[in-house]
Amino acid sequence: MGAPKKAPARAVSDDPEDLASVPLQAVLLADSFATRFRPITLERPKVLLPLVNLPMIEYTLAWLESAGVEEVFLFCCAHAKQVISYLENSQWYAQPKFKVTTIESHNSVSAGDALRLIYERNVIHGDFVLISGDTLSNMSLMRALQEHKERKKKDSNAVMTMVIQRSKPSPITQQSRLGTDGLFMAIDPTTKQLLYYEENTNHLKGTLSIDKMLLVDNSSITLRNDIQDCYIDICSPEVLSLFTDNFDYQHLRRHFVKGLLVDDIMGYKIFTHEIHSSYAARVDNYRGYDTISKDIIQRWTYPLVPDVLSLGNSATNLERQGMYRAFEIGQSRSAQIGPHTVIGTNTTIGSNTKITNSVVGKNCAIGSNVLIEGSYVWDNVTIEDGCELRHAIVCDGVIMKSGSVLKPGVVLSFKVVIGQNFVVPPYSKVSLLKQPTKQDSDEELEYADNDSDTLDPAATRTMDKLNGDSSLEFSEMQDHVSSELGYGGAGYIWSICEGSHEEEWRHSVAPIPPEKVAEITQVIEDDLELVSQDSNAPASSGELKPDTQINAEDDAVYFEKEVEATFLRAVNENVEVDHVILEVNSLRLSYNMQAADCAGAIFHSMMKLALDATHSSQNELLRNVHETVNTWQKLLKSYLPGKDEEIEVILKFEEICLESVRELSPLFTQILHLLYEKDIITEEAIEDWESEKKDADEADRVFVKQAEIFLKWLREAEEDDEEDDE
Amino acid sequence: MPDVQALVNEFLFKLKNGEILKIEGSHATARQTAILLRSVISQQRIPHTHQAAALIDAVKAVGEQLVAANPVELAVGNIVRRVLHIIREEDLSLTTVAMAGLNVSPVSDDEGETDQDDHPVLSAAAVAAASRNTLRPPSLQTLLEDLPDSTAIPHTSSSGGDSDGKSKSADKSTRSRKLKHDVIEALNELIGDIDTCHEQIAEQAVEHIHQNEVILTLGSSRTVLEFLCAAKEKKRSFRVFIAEGAPRYQGHLLAKELVARGLQTTLITDSAVFAMISRVNMVIVGAHAVMANGGVIAPVGLNMVALAAQRHAVPFVVLAGSHKLCPLYPHNPEVLLNELRSPSELLDFGEFSDCMDFGSGTGSPLLHVVNPTFDYVPPKLVSLFITDTGGHNPSYVYRLIADYYSNDDLVLQRKPAPTN
Repeated sequence: MGAPKKAPARAVSDDPEDLASVPLQAVLLADSFATRFRPITLERPKVLLPLVNLPMIEYTLAWLESAGVEEVFLFCCAHAKQVISYLENSQWYAQPKFKVTTIESHNSVSAGDALRLIYERNVIHGDFVLISGDTLSNMSLMRALQEHKERKKKDSNAVMTMVIQRSKPSPITQQSRLGTDGLFMAIDPTTKQLLYYEENTNHLKGTLSIDKMLLVDNSSITLRNDIQDCYIDICSPEVLSLFTDNFDYQHLRRHFVKGLLVDDIMGYKIFTHEIHSSYAARVDNYRGYDTISKDIIQRWTYPLVPDVLSLGNSATNLERQGMYRAFEIGQSRSAQIGPHTVIGTNTTIGSNTKITNSVVGKNCAIGSNVLIEGSYVWDNVTIEDGCELRHAIVCDGVIMKSGSVLKPGVVLSFKVVIGQNFVVPPYSKVSLLKQPTKQDSDEELEYADNDSDTLDPAATRTMDKLNGDSSLEFSEMQDHVSSELGYGGAGYIWSICEGSHEEEWRHSVAPIPPEKVAEITQVIEDDLELVSQDSNAPASSGELKPDTQINAEDDAVYFEKEVEATFLRAVNENVEVDHVILEVNSLRLSYNMQAADCAGAIFHSMMKLALDATHSSQNELLRNVHETVNTWQKLLKSYLPGKDEEIEVILKFEEICLESVRELSPLFTQILHLLYEKDIITEEAIEDWESEKKDADEADRVFVKQAEIFLKWLREAEEDDEEDDE
Repeated sequence: MPDVQALVNEFLFKLKNGEILKIEGSHATARQTAILLRSVISQQRIPHTHQAAALIDAVKAVGEQLVAANPVELAVGNIVRRVLHIIREEDLSLTTVAMAGLNVSPVSDDEGETDQDDHPVLSAAAVAAASRNTLRPPSLQTLLEDLPDSTAIPHTSSSGGDSDGKSKSADKSTRSRKLKHDVIEALNELIGDIDTCHEQIAEQAVEHIHQNEVILTLGSSRTVLEFLCAAKEKKRSFRVFIAEGAPRYQGHLLAKELVARGLQTTLITDSAVFAMISRVNMVIVGAHAVMANGGVIAPVGLNMVALAAQRHAVPFVVLAGSHKLCPLYPHNPEVLLNELRSPSELLDFGEFSDCMDFGSGTGSPLLHVVNPTFDYVPPKLVSLFITDTGGHNPSYVYRLIADYYSNDDLVLQRKPAPTN
């Protein structure tokens, strides 16, 4: 495989001097093949989105240049024209010793396609760096490259070195600080070989199954979940041919890396290189965008920081507390610009405006009494008086009319107009373009992969039309949607698709609201307790979390409480019985309970309800019970398909009488009778209950004794029946 | 011209990325700036009139870009200003010679150090020195040496010289070539000065370091290394304490070098400086820049050392090549006094990544790591500056600066200054 490619690589590795003379090449994917940044990416490619007032690709290229890469093949697909025209106007084409070549494609839908195309072009001659245009780093490549080459010399199957960095995932949300899902790796501690790679460990609920051969084959193995994949790979040319041979490889990690790890016929190996003091991260979603922006402002990416890396003549000055201000700013005296804020050139800021933890781009006009908190305002934005922005992204050319409010997590795409005093609800995404119909979902299924779908042509066409900018159409649109974004507003609020609504808070720029955190904490508390009991070591120290054994008792208690809450709500809100049954059923499924448990829980709730109603005497209580049973017998019956469940109810009843509610115990027989009369409990169940209790000790037989008369009556009635039958 | 622009761009890029600073320090930056400006001048086409002004404009245009590219590295601006000063001086000396030819009394008669007779091909530097004497308020040196003032020359600025020169149209072509030639000569001299500044400073080591003394230094500086080694070569035996210079720990490198050259060395932490200072005879440190008021911009931690030295009356000596003399004052808004570097030099990103999870809480960073590169040491804490021209008091620095720079060049960046 890849015979024509391999031969020169071998020849190179024979002579160390030759090795040094091969110019270092890089493949830069200027397309993330993802839709996380929609709707913004419908109009502008992700790599050109500003990150602290500079397009992301600028960081990537600056790093590649400083890391000693001499030739970059820039692969662009979506909005290729925009990327190319940007590069033509930038300094990068004019650099000596740094050649940027663009490769344009219109039908690539994934990183795999891109690499196959690059292989066809036959331009890569040695080891190369594979990176996407939304990655920024300040690491030195020398060490990693040297390690890679040395390994390659010893073992020609070592085709790739992956750069990783330590980063602890949040214990509550189980996602990394960049908003990506948990990542799990198994690495050989001595050779640094990657043995296992698993993304999205969240849904696995703390359990992870690893092929036991891993443990057999390797003398030692480190399992880590505090790793962040930097998406910087040093690859040998074989990687490209591998992509060509396996034409179904689409995603770099999900298909390629996992494919190589599983495939033991060819024996290709992947190694890792951990960086410690330098920084590397990829903007994967809005949360990552927020985090990386803040890292840049905090100078972790030094020297890729605003005051060093300013484009053109817009010099930026770093002031106290991480404030970056361009020189030409119109700022009112009473405006307060807080810490960790970046303000771009020619921006004017009105009086009494407060800006904290935010990035404001060039040529923005910000009125007075505006509040901007943790937001990203791009270029040429107009924000009129009295607006409020919290943790929002506002793209180029947006106009916010006076008094409008952006709630946390809002994304306003290009040129949207927000009407006067309009409040944009949290996590909504607003664009001038209509939301494309969900036609790409099939594609996602096809690859089992929501990261690799193309920009659908319909949207591109709309966008082209918009760029052609027929103002007539624009005004038409404005009239059309004025209702949706307030008076004079323009744009559509994208509806969030069903499945991802729950996940919206995970990937937005807004910090996770405290209620949400409390909620998750509540859910996982038991798990955590278990973990901390079992091992005092933190979960991130390379140990597997012990399997979360379902604590049956705890679960039962929770289940009972939930059922009771549901039941009480049903009583208070007059919910129909069928609906209650539905809800209880779903609870039963989620807690993995039996019908008997449901019946017990419901009966318990009913008795509680009866007790809670006001009563002054035994008789009144009995009447309460009577009423409750009358009303809800249908509910109870639906969980009593057989004798066993009925016995469970009786046992439960006993329990209730014994433990919590002493008032009920004198009424045991009467209520039992009542249940019998209502056909809730059959004779057989009662008899079985009695026989079950026969061997029990005296204390347990209290109620049997109490009910003796009733039982006797039952037996007699039965005999009568039998006699009658005869 | 286009290839010069390419050179300039390349240098600009390097400056911006801080590559040179990281690897070679301000000495190399100064040298490369001078070389770059030399090629700018040599490729600049000179018009027949106002040649000096044309050169000055060309150098200023490039210099402006260079300074803007990395305002923290003051050496770049210093060199640009010195080149401008050289152009002015050479122009002046040529005019003076021309005047001398015209007038009766040749100025160069008084010059003792020139061995040549009064001839048009006088050493430009000598004439410049003479003309400097005539045009400047008398410097301390001239007052002491009691050089006679040649009052005959009425010029106040270079442009005045040009206007006078107009009358002599025949001389023009030769003069224009000569100006450029002289400027490049002088620039070569400047580059030579920068090259040898370490040796020239080191030569003075024996006068300052005495037998059995204890010297304290912080961080690493090539000037300090050469200075100490020069004293060692002269058979002085002394001990060196090195404060490691957190967080870059360049003191470790210095210790290695010194031990390799056979010096008795003790490495201490920065925070132990105060405890050790009572045993120290002299503090010798390098500087990033020396400001016009005698204040020093130096690696972070030095202010603390200077205060400790003052408390124990230990002499605090700063070594600085003349390219580090900056004609600006530290309160000048144009001067970016500090550079904040990556927090990863202080702490490990992976270890602290959970402190910087912006997904929870208010979303604003609670942990802020500040990693400044430089300290400012006020002039009153400095006992002595040792430059390539000798030892000087902090209060004398402004005079030195007057020798190297002209007042017209102090403001290089026209943009931010509201007056221009």
